[in-house]
Amino acid sequence: MTTISLNGLDVAAQEGATLLETASFYGVEIPTLCYNEGLSPYGACRLCLVEIGPPHRSRLVSSCTYPVREGLQVRTHSSKVMQTRKLLIELYLATCPSSKVLQDLASSHAVTRVRFKQKHDDCILCGLCIRMCEEQMQAKAIGFVGRGAERRIGSAFNKKSEECKLCGGCMYICPVCQARCQGPEEKSPICNACLNLSPPCLDSFDDAMCSLTPCAACEIGKVAEE
Amino acid sequence: METNELKVLAGENPLFAIKEIVQRHNAYLGSAIPILQDIQNTFGYVSPEMMMRVSDFSGIPVSELYSIVTFYAQFRLEPIGENLIQVCHGTACHLAGAEKITEALQFETKAPAGGTSPDRKFTVEKVACIGCCSLAPVMNLNEDTHGRLTPDKVKKVIKARLKAAEAEAESKGGSKDA
Amino acid sequence: MRNGNPTVKVGLATCAIAAGAAKVYETVKESLKDTDITLERAGCMGMCYSEPNIEVIEPDGVKYFYGNLTPEDAAVIVEEHVKKGNPVQELLILGEGCQTEDASFLSKQHRILLKNCGHIDPEDIESYMAVGGYEGIRKALTTMTPDEVIEEIKLSGLRGRGGAGFPTGMKWMFTRQAEGEQKYIVCNADEGDPGAFMDRSILEGDTHSVLEGMLIAGYAIGASIGYVYIRAEYPLAIRRLKLGIAQARERGFLGKNVMGSTFSFDINIREGAGAFVCGEETALLMSIEGKRGMPRFRPPFPAQKGLFGYPTSINNVETFGNVPRILHQGASAYNSLGTEKSKGTKVFALAGKIKRGGLVEIPMGTTINEIVFAVGGGISTGKPFKAVQTGGPSGGCIPANLGDTPMDYESLQKIGAIMGSGGLLVMDEETCMVDVAKYFLDFTKEESCGKCTFCRAGMNQMHKILERICDGEGREEDIAILDDLAHKIKMGSLCGLGQTAPNPVLTTIRYFRNEYDAHVKEKYCPAKKCKALIEYSIDPEACTGCTLCAKQCPTDAISGQRKEPFVIDDSKCVRCGLCINSCRFEAIKVTSEPRVTV
Repeated sequence: MTTISLNGLDVAAQEGATLLETASFYGVEIPTLCYNEGLSPYGACRLCLVEIGPPHRSRLVSSCTYPVREGLQVRTHSSKVMQTRKLLIELYLATCPSSKVLQDLASSHAVTRVRFKQKHDDCILCGLCIRMCEEQMQAKAIGFVGRGAERRIGSAFNKKSEECKLCGGCMYICPVCQARCQGPEEKSPICNACLNLSPPCLDSFDDAMCSLTPCAACEIGKVAEE
Repeated sequence: METNELKVLAGENPLFAIKEIVQRHNAYLGSAIPILQDIQNTFGYVSPEMMMRVSDFSGIPVSELYSIVTFYAQFRLEPIGENLIQVCHGTACHLAGAEKITEALQFETKAPAGGTSPDRKFTVEKVACIGCCSLAPVMNLNEDTHGRLTPDKVKKVIKARLKAAEAEAESKGGSKDA
Repeated sequence: MRNGNPTVKVGLATCAIAAGAAKVYETVKESLKDTDITLERAGCMGMCYSEPNIEVIEPDGVKYFYGNLTPEDAAVIVEEHVKKGNPVQELLILGEGCQTEDASFLSKQHRILLKNCGHIDPEDIESYMAVGGYEGIRKALTTMTPDEVIEEIKLSGLRGRGGAGFPTGMKWMFTRQAEGEQKYIVCNADEGDPGAFMDRSILEGDTHSVLEGMLIAGYAIGASIGYVYIRAEYPLAIRRLKLGIAQARERGFLGKNVMGSTFSFDINIREGAGAFVCGEETALLMSIEGKRGMPRFRPPFPAQKGLFGYPTSINNVETFGNVPRILHQGASAYNSLGTEKSKGTKVFALAGKIKRGGLVEIPMGTTINEIVFAVGGGISTGKPFKAVQTGGPSGGCIPANLGDTPMDYESLQKIGAIMGSGGLLVMDEETCMVDVAKYFLDFTKEESCGKCTFCRAGMNQMHKILERICDGEGREEDIAILDDLAHKIKMGSLCGLGQTAPNPVLTTIRYFRNEYDAHVKEKYCPAKKCKALIEYSIDPEACTGCTLCAKQCPTDAISGQRKEPFVIDDSKCVRCGLCINSCRFEAIKVTSEPRVTV
């Protein structure tokens, strides 16, 4: 066993375990988008960033890939972490505002504005579908195409792949398209409806409402429209 | 087999050439990139059909090959024009006005940004630094590097190249007639 | 008359060939055809600004160096100097009795690594061996244990020359201590920084020193295979490397039982396929493994689990080039140069608006002003010196008033820049710093692998904001948003590319805030670069009505009567600048006036 300092508490951790695994074992919740227990860690979504090391020389690392080390100081919700995470959610919202998962993250992190130019993509390039296809289905029907801002997910030559078994695993695991948010359309990149409910959802239920499907705020909006 | 021999083989029997290239590299780990590089050196570009054949011979999934080809700037999915112009967009060249050189080239050759002219005579590409910063702005025309360019000089270089190409074509045509 | 024959050398590196050195070489070869005079190819002298070059070495060792030559000049030099012994004074830039400013380009430098470049024939192993080549590895194999080699490198204080400055000896020790039945040495020659060409010149001019450095590293950490990962854009360097490896194998310096010892080592070449991110060490390993060059997370570090899962030490070309010198001359000779924490010398590629651009090697700790003015001869345009940019897209812009900053790892980091691989770009007043920041972001945005969100989406947003500012549509809060994004991208990105890519923006905001304000608040570009914020006009006093500019204009924006002043229709003008180049009377003016916005 290895001992690490998790948010100021000395805890025992399994050797070779990642910081994310250790934290969730102790009930410390760290949000993730590209992580799944059954797939190899990828470290791309950056949402699971945690602060490690002594305060004056600390740095941020992705907890899903960083292994525990004896005596390591880990802070999962320090102000550095939270501010960085909020900016990241803002970036995600500027890309895929119609994802309920992202809107819920915004609400639970009290992200109330998006300062960036908005797009309406339906992919955050977390790569879960690619790893699902390769590691669980042994198919390799899809992969990353292009790089940088042009990077996307697709099959070879954008044609239907012969390797695809039509298993639907890619759609099942997708964090963005699994539940489409019905709320915000072009008007605003951000829903925050539960923050604006009266009484505010965050005050009375913390972020409980965000796990309700469909979102209560959207339902209210629908009723009002009718 | 040397590149030139491969090129001849590729003209006669493209499938054999691809097989030869794959077999030459298949003995070691991580051969996907060198195979694709050889394919491009031999054929001038890498087409979906070629990737499928490489996949057949090497066992590398075609989605992986496509992934690699679209990641690296060197690979081309389509054949290029008769002449390849690469305009350096390194920092020194940028400060010295590489943008103007590109504009002048596009104006002169009628090639769109990063593409080939309608008459298929020129392909104009932007490239990262080619390390001739002291001669900025710089471009490569086929094998030759031209430095200290001005929009005016670009015009002259293009005209000279067209003239030379005409002369080549004439002498070739002439020898055939004789 | 002289005793014996002189030797003639023509520099034939890529930049020399671009400047026309191949024709000069042919001319010299042709005119020396019927003589016994030896003609040699040489690598880059580093005096790129004066290429093509010819060097004539008299039998008594006196050297004469000619620059800025045409083939006709070369013919004159051969006839007058080489054959008759009368140096051609008007073409001479260095030599006996020659008083030119060019001498200070070399005299202010301290050349250890570049000592051979331009002097030995890089295509001939004998030429390298004649100046002590392969003595370093011989000494290591015959008199030192691998641990002693690592100790010697540690003692020398050598730090990674790729930019980050990690101590080389430590890296080797970690790799040596790691367990693995196979170990690898990788030479990072993927010199992707725009504006940097040190590695290319070393590989072209002193190929064998890099191979020897890799051999020594292989012996020290217990590796038997080395890879050189080199940009495909450097065909001459690749050709010379292949030749060098073949020659070393022939001599028994590479392959089984190096120099008759029990140590075996061989080197393979892998050509990069055009991806800047592959200069990042873990992405480079992915690329050698034949995959998309995407950075891996660390730990595990390459020293533990690197190429194909085995312990691997990755060092830069310049680092390897230093190794044989350290072993051959001893660590103490090396660490006597430099500052307390940054030892030895560093090679910089000096370019931009500088009089004498080229390769310069100076002891660590030399100040920026010394490099720009004493070595480089000052600004080429005669306009005031504004800033230098170090470290390419990962580095920062250092303003002229910090010109006293010593060039070493710590001092540069303190002011927000990095040493980087050694690109040093000089800028004058005509350079718009917002445009420079946008240029670098444009580059990193394209070159980002796109894996992690900060780098992909964050840089994209930063670029959009900068574009907006350059287009005159910047908003007051934009600078604060840029600053916020930059800091968080640096903290949160997966690899070195994202962690350093915001530096150009951060340093320009820090040191040139007034230029950002001018673009955002007053909608003008002080350097007159940003197209949306400038206007072209014709000075009616100076215009002679020669019609040249109107003929050049691609959009027919210029009109007028012959011999009368012409005018530019601003709505048609695309600010391409063709007219300025064509005008012989300096009648075309570019202006950018502050516009006070409400």
